[in-house]
Amino acid sequence: MKYVLLFVDTEQFAADLEAMSPADRDRAFERVDAWMAEHAGVIRGGSKLQGPHTATTVRLDAPEPIVTDGPFVEGKEVVSGYLEVDVADLDEALRMVRGWPGCPVVEIRPLES
Amino acid sequence: MAEASHDELARVVREHAGRLAAALVRLIGDFATAEDLVQDAVVSALRRWPVDGIPDRPDAWLFTVARRRGLDVLRRENTYRAKLAQVQWPVQPEPDERLRLIFTCCHPALPRAAQIALTLRVVCGLTTAQVARAFLVPETTVAQRITRAKRKIADAGIPYGLPAAADLRGRLAEVLAVVYLMLNEGYLSSTETIHSQRLVDDAEWLAALLHELAPDEPEVAGLLALIRLHRARATARFGADGDIVLLRDQDRSRWDHDTIGSATRLLVRAARQHRPGPYQLQAAIVACHAEAPRWEDTDWEQIVLLYDMLLHLAPSPVTRLHRAVALRYAVGAAGAMAELDALAGQLDTYHLYHATRADLLRALDRPAEARAADERALAFTANPAELAILHDRLSWTS
Repeated sequence: MKYVLLFVDTEQFAADLEAMSPADRDRAFERVDAWMAEHAGVIRGGSKLQGPHTATTVRLDAPEPIVTDGPFVEGKEVVSGYLEVDVADLDEALRMVRGWPGCPVVEIRPLES
Repeated sequence: MAEASHDELARVVREHAGRLAAALVRLIGDFATAEDLVQDAVVSALRRWPVDGIPDRPDAWLFTVARRRGLDVLRRENTYRAKLAQVQWPVQPEPDERLRLIFTCCHPALPRAAQIALTLRVVCGLTTAQVARAFLVPETTVAQRITRAKRKIADAGIPYGLPAAADLRGRLAEVLAVVYLMLNEGYLSSTETIHSQRLVDDAEWLAALLHELAPDEPEVAGLLALIRLHRARATARFGADGDIVLLRDQDRSRWDHDTIGSATRLLVRAARQHRPGPYQLQAAIVACHAEAPRWEDTDWEQIVLLYDMLLHLAPSPVTRLHRAVALRYAVGAAGAMAELDALAGQLDTYHLYHATRADLLRALDRPAEARAADERALAFTANPAELAILHDRLSWTS
């Protein structure tokens, strides 16, 4: 079954990452790289996203499309990346995500088949 | 229908509904459809059996109804239909597959209320109406929860089966939490209705089934012992007028001492595995009360010790409050008061905190402050009768 993992950053997480020494930050990235390598067999695609300051939202439920700066929900939690994975079931996706060493929130969504 | 025969019906349905559901899920490979068929069969049984009597082979009866209905509703789904048309009852009843069913119903990706409703319906064979009555919610709410949960099981790829070894402990904790909530809802509900009583029946039955299917899990045994220890004293909890009788005033000769003995032995066997957990510890605390011949004989030091262990495993301000009550009898009101003061920030809006504080202040001969605390307790509870009930909870266990 195919799922998309939506990775969500919090302000706290961003601040913590910022406050790390370069060596610690390198180690944090290495842990993420190791996780990616471990699960390479089921990862079908995906990417890290650029920060929320780069987001542009278009609303089409008004008489005219409205273009605004920023993500569609202003909040302390922002989607920071996504991966498409192909695994047996939700339990396998959950096991993967439990070991995720990066941002503090991950949403798992099945793709429509 | 007489209550006795209702109990008999509930018992028979419970014994067979889950097995049938497990067999049908395996046969047709679709959890939601199998669940619907079993529910239909159960509803038919509850309509027919009080009139016709319980059939000699209730399992075959339920299966025949589910199968007939299945052939009907699966008309357009030829693969399911073909599978169903081929089978005869019984379909390899062993090994017991209900554990898969329970783990699926209690999957952590489902909200708690849906886990409970699904488990009661699928595993225990309750109807939607019965679940609704037990939890005092509208039937449509329960039906909606079940529908959503089944849709999520199918759409989100929640597997039907036993969890992987690495996940087993966490998943079992999830199942036990569901059973524990049934106990809480049934046993601690403010009025002892027949529906809350049946919920405790279901909780005990589920815990016993889990214990049979996973005999080496000490927390399962701990939860089963906890339920039985509560039930063994249930009759003494209410007076002739229906009011709650506080633990210290209960007639202990009315307790079921055989059950207390066997539940305690179950707990001791579980403890030998040296894998303590919150249910074993709560059961041990209740066992301390249940084994005391008189209120004065209660081993409060032991109870305080057990609360210490419980707090170590599962820290909670409410558990600390309960420990403070035990501390009062172990070391005196002054020591308990110091504990309560430390909790002021966390429990200031919890009426039981203030009720306990009032008791202690009175024991310490500070009547004006006691009255103020009583008033504060009342300010946070709508109903004075509730105060007495909650007080009773406090003196029992967490």
